[in-house]
Amino acid sequence: MGTRNQMSNQQQIQSEQARYLTRRWFLGECGVGLAVMALHTLQQQEASAAPSPLSPRAPHHRPKAKRVIYIFQAGAPSQLELFDPKPELAKRSGQLPPAELLKGYRSAFINPNSNLLGPKYRFIPSGQSGVEYSEVLPQTSSMADDICLIRTINTPAVNHAPAQIMMNSGSQQFGRPSFGSWMTYGLGSEGDDLPGYVVLTSARGTSGGASNYGCGFLPTIYTGVPFRGKGDPVLYLSNPAGIDSEAQRDSLNALRKLNQATLDQIGDPETAARIQNYESAYRLQTSAPELMDLSQESKQTLDSYGIKSPTESTFARNCLLARRLLERGVRFVQLFHEAWDQHSNLKARVKSNAVNTDQGSAALLKDLKQRGMLEDTIVIWGGEFGRTPMVQGGDDGRDHHNRCFSMWLAGGGIRGGMAYGSSDDFGFNVAENPVHVHDLHATLLHLLGFDHERLIYRFQGRDFRLTDVHGHVVKGILA
Amino acid sequence: MSRIMNSVALVVLLAGSNVFAQQASSKIDFGRDILPILSGKCLQCHGPDKNQRQAELRLDIEADAKRDRDGHFAIAAGKPGKSELVARVFSNDPDVQMPPAESKLVLSETEKRLLRDWVAAGATYSKHWAFDAPVKSRTDISTRNPIDVFVHQRLKDKGWQAAQPAELNVLCRRIYLDLIGLPPSPQEIDQFLAATKKDRTAAISGLVDKLMKSPHFGEKWARHWLDVARYADSNGFEKDLPRKQWAWRDWVVRALNADMPYNDFIIQQVAGDMMGDPDALVGSGFLRNGMVNEEGAIVYEQFRIEAVFDRMDCIGKAVLGLSIQCAQCHTHKFDPLTHDEYYGMFAFLNDTYEAQSWVYTPQQREQLQKLKSQIAKLEEQIGGKHPAWQADIEKWIAQEKADAVKWSVLDPHEIEWEGGVNHPQREDDTILILGHPTTSGQFYSISKLEAQTITGVRLEGLQHGDLPNFGPGRNYLGTFTISELEVYRKLPTDKDWQPVELANATADFSSPDQDLPEYFRSSSDKGKEKVRRVGPAKYLIDKKVRTGWMPDRGTLIRHTDSAAVVQLKTPLSVPDGTELKIRLQMNHGGDGDPGDNQQLGSLRLSVTSDNGPKATPFDHRAWLAMQVPADQRTADDKTALLRNWRKTVAALKPINDQIAALEKQFPVAQTSVMHPRATLAKHQRETRLLDRGTWNKPKHVVLPGVPAILHPMEATHTGPVNRLDFAKWLANEKSPLTARVHVNRIWQAIFGVGLVRTSEDFGTRSARPEYLEMLDWLAVNFMESGWSQKHVIRTIINSQTYQQSSRSSGESYNRDPRNQLLARGPRFRVEAEVIRDIALTASGLLNRKMGGPSVFPPVPANVLEYNFGRMHYWKVAEGAERYRRSLYIFRKRSMPDPVLTSFDAPNSDFACARRVRSNTPLAALVPLNEPVFVEAARALSLRVLREAAPNDEARTEYAFRLATSRHPTQYEKTTIQDLLTKLRNRLADGWLSINEVATGDPKTKPNIPEKSTPQDAAAWTLVARVLLNMDETLSKN
Repeated sequence: MGTRNQMSNQQQIQSEQARYLTRRWFLGECGVGLAVMALHTLQQQEASAAPSPLSPRAPHHRPKAKRVIYIFQAGAPSQLELFDPKPELAKRSGQLPPAELLKGYRSAFINPNSNLLGPKYRFIPSGQSGVEYSEVLPQTSSMADDICLIRTINTPAVNHAPAQIMMNSGSQQFGRPSFGSWMTYGLGSEGDDLPGYVVLTSARGTSGGASNYGCGFLPTIYTGVPFRGKGDPVLYLSNPAGIDSEAQRDSLNALRKLNQATLDQIGDPETAARIQNYESAYRLQTSAPELMDLSQESKQTLDSYGIKSPTESTFARNCLLARRLLERGVRFVQLFHEAWDQHSNLKARVKSNAVNTDQGSAALLKDLKQRGMLEDTIVIWGGEFGRTPMVQGGDDGRDHHNRCFSMWLAGGGIRGGMAYGSSDDFGFNVAENPVHVHDLHATLLHLLGFDHERLIYRFQGRDFRLTDVHGHVVKGILA
Repeated sequence: MSRIMNSVALVVLLAGSNVFAQQASSKIDFGRDILPILSGKCLQCHGPDKNQRQAELRLDIEADAKRDRDGHFAIAAGKPGKSELVARVFSNDPDVQMPPAESKLVLSETEKRLLRDWVAAGATYSKHWAFDAPVKSRTDISTRNPIDVFVHQRLKDKGWQAAQPAELNVLCRRIYLDLIGLPPSPQEIDQFLAATKKDRTAAISGLVDKLMKSPHFGEKWARHWLDVARYADSNGFEKDLPRKQWAWRDWVVRALNADMPYNDFIIQQVAGDMMGDPDALVGSGFLRNGMVNEEGAIVYEQFRIEAVFDRMDCIGKAVLGLSIQCAQCHTHKFDPLTHDEYYGMFAFLNDTYEAQSWVYTPQQREQLQKLKSQIAKLEEQIGGKHPAWQADIEKWIAQEKADAVKWSVLDPHEIEWEGGVNHPQREDDTILILGHPTTSGQFYSISKLEAQTITGVRLEGLQHGDLPNFGPGRNYLGTFTISELEVYRKLPTDKDWQPVELANATADFSSPDQDLPEYFRSSSDKGKEKVRRVGPAKYLIDKKVRTGWMPDRGTLIRHTDSAAVVQLKTPLSVPDGTELKIRLQMNHGGDGDPGDNQQLGSLRLSVTSDNGPKATPFDHRAWLAMQVPADQRTADDKTALLRNWRKTVAALKPINDQIAALEKQFPVAQTSVMHPRATLAKHQRETRLLDRGTWNKPKHVVLPGVPAILHPMEATHTGPVNRLDFAKWLANEKSPLTARVHVNRIWQAIFGVGLVRTSEDFGTRSARPEYLEMLDWLAVNFMESGWSQKHVIRTIINSQTYQQSSRSSGESYNRDPRNQLLARGPRFRVEAEVIRDIALTASGLLNRKMGGPSVFPPVPANVLEYNFGRMHYWKVAEGAERYRRSLYIFRKRSMPDPVLTSFDAPNSDFACARRVRSNTPLAALVPLNEPVFVEAARALSLRVLREAAPNDEARTEYAFRLATSRHPTQYEKTTIQDLLTKLRNRLADGWLSINEVATGDPKTKPNIPEKSTPQDAAAWTLVARVLLNMDETLSKN
């Protein structure tokens, strides 16, 4: 806290009191306290370690990872062009799928009884592990030995918005907390000045909108905070026109004095919290632009991510920002890149999307690894569902497919260099080792030190979880 | 020292709200002490849900818990030693121990002891407090304020003192904020202070009365209801198109201002569409405030059911205070609500159309009434001029039916929207298209034919309750345009579809040939090509997709059925098994704005073998009425027949002309509202229990009904019970919950926390409130007052308890941090909307205009750009509109307002019964830097220069009062003036630009009042910014 040095003893004591009262307020009034405290009682920990709802907390068991970067490739990337090689599908391209496959199957747009469409790209065994990746992912596949590719993710949702909400919050119904919110609620944040959960967006807005990173019924403080690639990185960060930093500091000093007088008079700990928050906001005015400023990054780093202009808001830039956010103590960074809904123009758009995202994703992994951060960071790459082996339209599109698709994970506690689960000959159904969205969530929480059945929040008389009443830890992907 | 205090505080907090109660009485109370333990730790396996039940044991039912099980007892009353329950909760043996380890539930030592002591004391059961109707525990309260009676008694028992009365100016501001959500002006404070000098009590109650009459009262209190009613101005999900539902929002404001009895308030919102009152119909928009999925390729029924779930959840939270959502998938684990009972209530809500109707202003309504009665009078004259009219109508009908083309309705085996963006569905012999409102696309149907000759095809556009204004189209008017109608055949020997040549298209009605109306134009009409054309039926078969058949009869009379007939150029004789494909192109939509599609929503296709088939020369609606036997015709049928018959009678031409002229004067409705509408008999839905709440896994039929634990539904009429009965049941005085839940919500709005903290959940897991007797007294009194919300609010505001000072010494804070015993007044940071409204009021920018369409606030470009859908309709409000009350800010679900969200305004994805109150650095940036707040700071500066005496001392005094409603202390004055001095120096030295600070633009000079300087404006802008950010300004003190 930059101003502490200037404070007198007296002020320091007052400040300590304010912190104490603040904490009490958080515990008592903002609804955070009891649930978080309950978590701690289970752990039988020293409860007094919690000065704010964002202060770092230990989970249920020793975690393998402390941070997450979730690269959400929205729109549903085609697993058949990227991750799941299907020679049989290639052979039978142009034929109708076997009838028994379609029993009880519901697709979104197409008549399910449409011709099979062979993969548009070649697959190449990669790394020492030899896991096959599409030729359009040369950079990602170069990290194959660090990645666990899951080829059997499945979800109940088949329309974009409900499926994005499902993938992010474990429910198709809007209003549940997102994964990042749960994690921040469970672990707090290690950053002093930055939010615990930060969101970066490239391409365009997502189908799920702000609810993709919403906190549902958890306290608002656990909502994902979007950092913006253009304009103010954090909303309303810049002072109004004409106000320089000295005027701002003078104004905030006066404000602090006035608020301190109120606190002395009325004794409401919320006032103490407000005094602190205006100081944090002031620090954020420096730290957020510093975070977004890539001028201190080496040319080599920028090149490795494929960042052509350090100020242009792109997926690649967001990847580098994700690393910078983690370095500053942010727990959960989520990148949204809504670009993958290839009902038509499949071949060209998968390629161009790969060009836009492959290098950045891979560079992020390499960068984290090089800095020793990958061992306790989980990186997740994937969308809300996959795409049909059946064609949509002429011969260059695929419909939504929820029964079996691919995602990859890397980092803390994840076994790299493997492909987990397998799909049938057409990439239509899971053949072996299904991973439901709830299983994925349970596994991720496990790696972060939580028993997914015990990370709960009581709302409306019910103990809610990210995994609802489902979910099994997928042991097969753990290191 | 502080360490010790820490742990003490923690114990208090962890024990939750029971702490005072336990101190007050050592006697174990089942509802307060035992039920929460059972419900939290035991009932999951030994409770209402029979699918989860273990060992055939129910602990929620006394008889079962105490049953003799071959000499063993789960609970042996008075004998803990013989009670299996006690043995097991204290056991460490993993095979015996309860709850079992795998449940991950753990009983604390205190909980174990409580259970043992309760069994020892006889294991008395009682119903959960919230399921017994409230009664007044004290009848001796007549003159004193009831709240004070309960609170003072309690404080006396504790040996605590109530706080001093709040300072009068603080109290004045508190009352203003609570009643109208706006702070008082310095003049209003002075008036109040003067009045208190004569009679303090009278001054306060006078102020309360005055503010309750203010129209702003409804605006302030509507906001609380809007939260729980999940009001928004957009549909949600991916498309998140804007919707017009503000008529409902204004209805709430009016209802609150008129102090509509709360039972009526609920009844009209749940079933106002069934009451024959156009105002009540608007009220029923409540049910439709939830989200609507319009994403491509959705299955409509899935999201219709989701919407009904959402309505159940909303009613649960808003009216019943029960988390009924749990029973959507299975029998409730804690509360006595079965899976079947959930669907019993669901059945009341399930049987509706998703309707949309016009909303008229009172003046328009009057005008419409007048026109309609003039038309009725003219129609009455027909009887005089044409005495045999009834017989002649029948003759006319007989003649027309004899001459009519014989149509056979097709029974398609395939109906598709090409590309699958929509999934048309069959309803008897008609086809319904709902879902994605795509602005261009093709529908087709394929039917197998028996051997026959076909000479023509008929397309009927039919009214349906799920369409705007009954349709038959899906655009905002309920009309449609068909760009092209195509017919193909495939003989059993054919491999491919063969087009069938068409000729001679006719329709019962076509609009005059014209350019496509402005609203439906797209970018394609603005380029090189000519604007698309619409009108005559011939456009159906002209093989041009830029021309289309549009049957739009004009305001109000357009809401009717239409039909077009196309002939086959040469009659087509087909053998058995021939397939006929009819394809409709609907390409006359706009760019995807709400309601600018041109889809036909409900249609029917027929073929004929009659020679030269043509559409009827009268309204298709009359043709439909003719098919109804005379004794079964509805009033609507009769009207249609009369209307069309009279046009065939030459002698009636003068009357016909006059009626036509009157119809042209029908007013264009001000707006529309989405609401439920009871289905017609032919569309009635059977409700089935849904397995695990899954929309496409229906099980057995469930009849409408209410949960057994609550009050029974009284039969008030014969015949099956309906949604109106359900609404009346919800608002019945016998309801143990309805009045309590609402009184509690009012309390929450005023004190920041409800007497029952979990205002959305009064079920068995909710803590028994400290002041249950007071809550019950107020609830009963609320009903006795005729469900007057103003009465409850007045009772609270007039209490000494409310009027206490909110100051707390460390000691008084520590003994009751959450102020549960109410030994001090309420103090909390005001709601998001009020924060903004305070800034607007203090600065004088506030525009007090009420009602109407929501306004678009300035939102940073980097937020707007990341919406999934296009946002070109987001035309930022300028001038006075920009400074409307926050109630009127447009609420877009997928882009929550960045200002309001920072202060915890919910985004309306679901019902929110209580807001969390956060306090974050991000929120601090908003009143510092957000454009409207910055504009408020500049305006406040100019206001102070304009209205205060021209010296900084007086200005400080005045500005401080505008922000906080009180005079500054000397220390505060000094602090502000020190800041001013420093700022003035820096402005004078040129470190800061006067123009830029004061106006935002270095080249624009501030528009300063007399006796002030530009430097004053700049310096005071910065001071005003500080004042608008003070904790006291942002708080209700």
